[in-house]
Amino acid sequence: MREKIRIAAGQGFWGDLLDAPVRQVEGGPIDYLMLDYLAEVTMSIMQKQKARDPNAGYARDFVNLMKEILPACVERNIRVVANAGGVNVPGCATAVAETARQLGLSGKMKIGIVTGDDILGRIDDFLGRGIELRNMDTGESLTTVRDKIQSANAYLGAAPIVEALHKEARVVITGRATDTGLTLGPMIHEFGWAVDDWDKLAAGTIAGHIIECGAQCSGGNCQYDWQSIPDLANVGFPIAEASPDANFVITKHDGTGGWVNVPSVKEQLVYEMGDPHEYITPDCVADFTTVQLAQDGPDRVRVFGIKGKPATDFLKVSISYSAGYKAVGTLVYSWPDAYAKAQAADKILRARIDRLGLRFDQMLTEFVGVNATHGTLAGQPSPDVAEVQLRIGVRGNDRGAVERFTKEIAPLILTGPPGVTGFAGGRPKVEEIVAYWPALIPKSEIEAKVEILDV
Amino acid sequence: MKIQLTQLAHARSGDKGDTANVGLIALRDEFYPLLAREVTAGRVKEHFKGICHGEVERYELPNLGALNFLLHESLGGGGTLSLMTDAQGKTFSTALLRMQIEVADDEAAKLGLGTQN
Repeated sequence: MREKIRIAAGQGFWGDLLDAPVRQVEGGPIDYLMLDYLAEVTMSIMQKQKARDPNAGYARDFVNLMKEILPACVERNIRVVANAGGVNVPGCATAVAETARQLGLSGKMKIGIVTGDDILGRIDDFLGRGIELRNMDTGESLTTVRDKIQSANAYLGAAPIVEALHKEARVVITGRATDTGLTLGPMIHEFGWAVDDWDKLAAGTIAGHIIECGAQCSGGNCQYDWQSIPDLANVGFPIAEASPDANFVITKHDGTGGWVNVPSVKEQLVYEMGDPHEYITPDCVADFTTVQLAQDGPDRVRVFGIKGKPATDFLKVSISYSAGYKAVGTLVYSWPDAYAKAQAADKILRARIDRLGLRFDQMLTEFVGVNATHGTLAGQPSPDVAEVQLRIGVRGNDRGAVERFTKEIAPLILTGPPGVTGFAGGRPKVEEIVAYWPALIPKSEIEAKVEILDV
Repeated sequence: MKIQLTQLAHARSGDKGDTANVGLIALRDEFYPLLAREVTAGRVKEHFKGICHGEVERYELPNLGALNFLLHESLGGGGTLSLMTDAQGKTFSTALLRMQIEVADDEAAKLGLGTQN
């Protein structure tokens, strides 16, 4: 057994710095590269792409990345674990295999394909058997959106990733796997942790939570003394240095920017946190109130003391469904009276919308520069404010009405208050909304499948 | 004296559906008891009046010198449904730091806060 493995995070979300994973591979020693592509909203976007093209629906960036780093990964024995498969894992694996062959890696590597998360075709069966898949947040019954469902995936945990690694996969591609499982999987594989060693599983899970958002734990989006953070242009992405005893160190490659310190790690620990006593994953329930942190040299934070509890009998399910249309239009008003002008323009626009008889489920006006982030907490703006952006959004089920709204923004330039600009982008685009429905399903209903593809 | 949370804490916020979470972290360990005493769920609910339309829940993490707040019904429906600029609640962190709390002069002095303001 290795005494230490280094798991590097290369993407905090789909669309993160393209060269970050390359720099993780080139910048120093690592054993694993984990890449998180799937935010909750991402599955909906991939579903839209797959609807347009059945060969799409995964993170295409991942394939381009593999082209760049696979030879180095094979040469230096770095293994890649990524939930890049989105809603089309086989499509993603096929593309990676083709890339590997083009790179002359035939016979030199295997790809692990983790499926079983897709439950779209089984929804009616579940509902028929009383598995209600109620919305975890609102308690609503799934029947209210049954005919609008576009995708449904259970969150798989670390187990299938471990299996793929046991079967010598160089690259493991999953669909809807938990972010944390991508980091925990390699630890279980290397250190042979038991499936009920809850404290260790919780520690690996929390390591995953800390690095899953990429540089957000190593200086990015860090409020603590932010102006002192060095060289964010060259920010180092995090590395979890794990030991068999489940203590670990968060660090980054030498010579990179950003910082890893106790405050930067604390900020990431509390990110998207619910009840800290119960961070529920398919693998365990981690208790964030047991985490201890200590600075362990420059850009090294030691994490220890973590306790966990048994996993629950349920998996989380992420369902996406069509939820109407939206559009957002903006205009910029300048000094003098910038805010008053923007407010007047909003009134005029709303009067015209009324006269046209357009109805929306929601219509929201924000004044960027005044209240778009902190609302009324920001107080009144200076009467001398240099400019204010008027930002109006609408949402509804009637595409025609939303479309009509988008044609009412530009006319305000010649028919509304003066000192206005900022319409270079043309009419706002109507966007089809794919919304997210979280639910729970008994674990016994879901069987993850692991296939190995020889390149 | 009144002390703004910017002098006592840093924070990070995020979303889960229509709920925003704000993790409030003491800048120094000795500020944590003050935060735990003063920054109650009720005060946070009052602070976000007109922004948070649901309940506010609070969890304590003394090990991190941190409090975690869940602000339900705050993100205009949340996720892709929301029309808000900040549909993901990223700036609720700094919005919470606008809060001012009352600190007795002697306690402020003991915490090294007396020279400010």
